[in-house]
Amino acid sequence: MATTTATTATKWWGGGKSPFNVEYGKLMMWYFLMSDAFTFGAFLIAYGTTRFATNGWPDPNHVFNSFPGLGGGLPLLFVSLMTFILIISSVTMVLAVHAGHQMNKRGVVINLVLTIIGGLAFLSCQAWEWTHLFHEGAWWGRNPFPNHDGTVSTSNFTNFFFTITGFHGFHVFSGVVINIIMLIMTLQDKFEKRGHYLMIEKAGLYWHFVDLVWVFVFTCFYLI
Amino acid sequence: MSNEAVLHAHEVSHDVHHGGHDGHHHHENFITKYVFSQDHKMIAKQFLITGMVWAVLGGLMSVLFRLQLGYPEASFPWLEDILGKWAKGGHISAEAYYALVTTHGTVLVFFVLTAGLSGTFSNFLIPLQVGARDMASPLMNMLSYWFFFLASIVMLSSMFVETGPFSGGWTAYPPLSALGDASPGSKTGMDLWLIAMALFVVSQLLAGLNYIATILNMRTKGMSMTRLPLTIWALFFTAVLGVLSFPVLFSGFILLIFDRNFGTSFYLSDIFISSVGALPNEGGSAILYQHLFWFLGHPEVYIILLPAMGMVSEILSTNSRKPIFGYMAMIGSLFAIAILAFLVWAHHMFVTGLNPFLGSIFVLLTLLIAVPSAIKVFNWLTTLWRGNIRFTPGMLFAIGFVSLFISGGLTGIWLGNSALDIHLHDTYFVIAHFHIVMGVASMFGMFAGIYHWYPKMYGRFMNNTLGYIHFWVTIAGAYLIFWPMHYEGLAGMPRRYYDYSVWESFKQFVELNRFISTVVIIVFAVQLLFLANFFYSIWKGRKVTTQNPWESTTLEWTTPIRPGHGNWPGEIPEVHRWAYDYGKDGKSFIPQTTPVGDDESEHH
Repeated sequence: MATTTATTATKWWGGGKSPFNVEYGKLMMWYFLMSDAFTFGAFLIAYGTTRFATNGWPDPNHVFNSFPGLGGGLPLLFVSLMTFILIISSVTMVLAVHAGHQMNKRGVVINLVLTIIGGLAFLSCQAWEWTHLFHEGAWWGRNPFPNHDGTVSTSNFTNFFFTITGFHGFHVFSGVVINIIMLIMTLQDKFEKRGHYLMIEKAGLYWHFVDLVWVFVFTCFYLI
Repeated sequence: MSNEAVLHAHEVSHDVHHGGHDGHHHHENFITKYVFSQDHKMIAKQFLITGMVWAVLGGLMSVLFRLQLGYPEASFPWLEDILGKWAKGGHISAEAYYALVTTHGTVLVFFVLTAGLSGTFSNFLIPLQVGARDMASPLMNMLSYWFFFLASIVMLSSMFVETGPFSGGWTAYPPLSALGDASPGSKTGMDLWLIAMALFVVSQLLAGLNYIATILNMRTKGMSMTRLPLTIWALFFTAVLGVLSFPVLFSGFILLIFDRNFGTSFYLSDIFISSVGALPNEGGSAILYQHLFWFLGHPEVYIILLPAMGMVSEILSTNSRKPIFGYMAMIGSLFAIAILAFLVWAHHMFVTGLNPFLGSIFVLLTLLIAVPSAIKVFNWLTTLWRGNIRFTPGMLFAIGFVSLFISGGLTGIWLGNSALDIHLHDTYFVIAHFHIVMGVASMFGMFAGIYHWYPKMYGRFMNNTLGYIHFWVTIAGAYLIFWPMHYEGLAGMPRRYYDYSVWESFKQFVELNRFISTVVIIVFAVQLLFLANFFYSIWKGRKVTTQNPWESTTLEWTTPIRPGHGNWPGEIPEVHRWAYDYGKDGKSFIPQTTPVGDDESEHH
C-alpha cells in the first residue's frame, strides 16, 4: 500500500532489478548456506542435547592428544594445526576473490591453487586422525574412551564425532571439488571472456561457510 | 559497481537467449519439450500430473484401509487378487493395514500436497505473475522435478519388496523405524522410504532456492513487493519455510540411517526385542528424533497450507470483483504464520514426557497462530461481503477452503492446549483436525487453483457441470467423513488400530465407521470424475477465446492464450499498480499493466 514511498525514495524494491544488487546465483548461494546452517545446527543441537542428557563424557584432551611422528601427550596440538590450515585456506580464498575483482587471472590461479592445497591438507589431516582413532578402537558404535571420571562411556561420543566431522569433511571435499572446477574454468579463460569472476566469489562464500562451520564443530568436540 | 555490470551483462544475455529461442522453436523435439523441459509451465504440469498419480494411489490406499475399518468382518476376494499375500482370504492383514496407513500419510503429505501443490503452482505462477520469462535457473528447476521423480520411483518400489513398505506411521518414529527386527516394514521398506525422502529433500531445496531467487530478483519493472499478488507472497513464504526446515529433517534422517545401518545409538537406548533379546544400544533418545522431525513437521503443514491460502485469496478477490480486504494485513499474517511455524513444534510432543512448563510455552505460541489465522479468515469473509460473486467451480472450491479452514482451525485451539491434548492425543479427534484443516482444505485450494488457472495451462476450460458435481459431493463428503471422527476421538477412540469391533469401548462405533467408509468410497469415485474432466478437457474442453477469461488484473492474463517458452512474445510488460484494482472508479477491473490515470481516486 505504501508503495509510493518505496518507489520514489529507493527504487531497489520497485521491480526490474535485484533488490540486493546481486545476480540470482549469489542470492541462491546465500539461501543455500542458510539452509545448510540449519542442517549443521540440527546436528550440533542433537549432539548437545544428547551430551547433556548423558552422565559422563570423555575428555577431549585425552582422546585427541597424538601428533603424527611425535606420539601422544600433546593434547589438541594436531587439531590446532588442522584448524590453522583451514583458516589460512580461507585467507587465500579471500585473496583469490580479491584478485578476481581486479581481473587478475594470475592472482586468481595462484590463490585458488593454494586454497585447494589447504583443503586437501585439511582432509589429509582428518584422514590421519580418523585412522588413528580407528586403530585405537574407535568407530561408529564403538567407543574405547572412558568418561572424565573413569566410568564406562556410551558410544555416542564417537557416534557423533564421526558423523558430524564426517559430514563437515564431506563439505570440505565438495568445496575442494568446486575450487578445482573454478581453477579449470579460470585456466580456460571462461571468466575473462565473461568479464567477471563472480563464480569465484560464490565458491568463496561456500568455502568461508565451511570454515565457519568448522569453528563450531571444533569448539563443540575439541574444546568443550 | 562490478555487480551492476554483472547484472547488466546477465540481463542482456538473458534477453538474447530468449530472442534466439523464439527463432528456434521448431528445433524442440518431444524430449526437450515434454520430458526434460526447462519451461516452468511444462515443469508445473509435470509436478501436477505426477502429483495426481500419487493422489490416486494414496487415495486408493485410504479406500482400502477404510474397507478394513468399515467392514472388519467381511471378506473381499478381489483384494487377494490385487494384494496377494497381504490380503489372504480377502482380508487385509494387519501388516498391510499399517503399511497402507503409513504410505497414505507419507504420499499425501509430501508427494501430493507438497510437491503436487506448491511444486505445481510455484512453478506455474511465480514467473507468470511476477513478470519473468522463466525461473532464475531453469536447469535447477528441471532437476528439482527429476529428483522428485526419482524419489517417487524409489517410494513406489518400496511397495513391491518382499517385506513390504514401511509400516510404522508417516512420522517414522524410532525405535520402530530404526530396527529392522522390530517389524517387517522396518526392513528394506524403511531403507527405501529414507532414500526416497532424502531425494525428496534435495528436490525441495533446489525448487525452493529457485522460487526465492525468482521472486526477489526477477520481478518486472514496477512490480514492487507490495504490488505482488498474494499468491506470490504465500509461495515465497512457503519456499522460505521449506529451505529452512527440510534440512533439519535431513539431519534427523542421516542420524536415523546411521542407527539403522552402522550400529550407532542416536535414538536408541535400553531396548528389548522379544525375538532378538536385549540390544546393546545405550545413551540415545527416541525423543530427539521427534524434535528433529517436528521441527520440519510443523512448518510442513504450512508449506502445504500457505500456497492454498495464497491462491484462495487471489481467486476470492477475482470472483468477488472486489479488492482483497486488508492486503497488508494478509502479508503480515502470512509472515507471522511463517515465523510461528518454527516455534510450535513441541505441541506434537505434549505426551512425550516434555516438561509441563516448557509445554505451557508451546501452548502459548501455538494459540498465537490463531491470531494471524483469524485475520486471514475475516479478510476472506470481508472480501466476499457484498461482492458481485461469480460462482465458478474455482470460486466454490475457494469458498470451501475457507469453510474447512475455519472448521478445522477451531479444533486446533482445542488440541493446542496441552491439558486437553493429554486426552485427545493420538485419537480420531486429531485425525479429524488435521485432515480438515491441512489435508482437505489444501486439496480444496489445489482444486480451486486447477479450475481457475486451467485456461492458462491448457488454453481450454474444464467442464463446469462436472466441476459443480465434484465440488458439492467433495465438500459434503469431507464433512461427513471427518465430522463424526471428532465424536469418536472425544470418546477416546485411538488412531492406527486395526480392528475396533473387538474393543468393548469402541463397539458402539461400528456403524459409524461403516458409514464413514461408504462416504470415502463415494468421494474417491468423484475424484476420478474430476480426473476424467481434467484429462478430457486437455484435448476436448471448451476453447478459451479471450486473453483474460476471468477479467483478472494479474500479469499471467496479459500473455497469449497459449504462451510459449518465455511467456511474452515481445517486451515483458511494466506494472503500474497493485494486483487488486477491482470495482474501482466504476471500472470492473484494471489490469496491473494499465498506467495510472489522472482521474483515479486512490493509487496503490
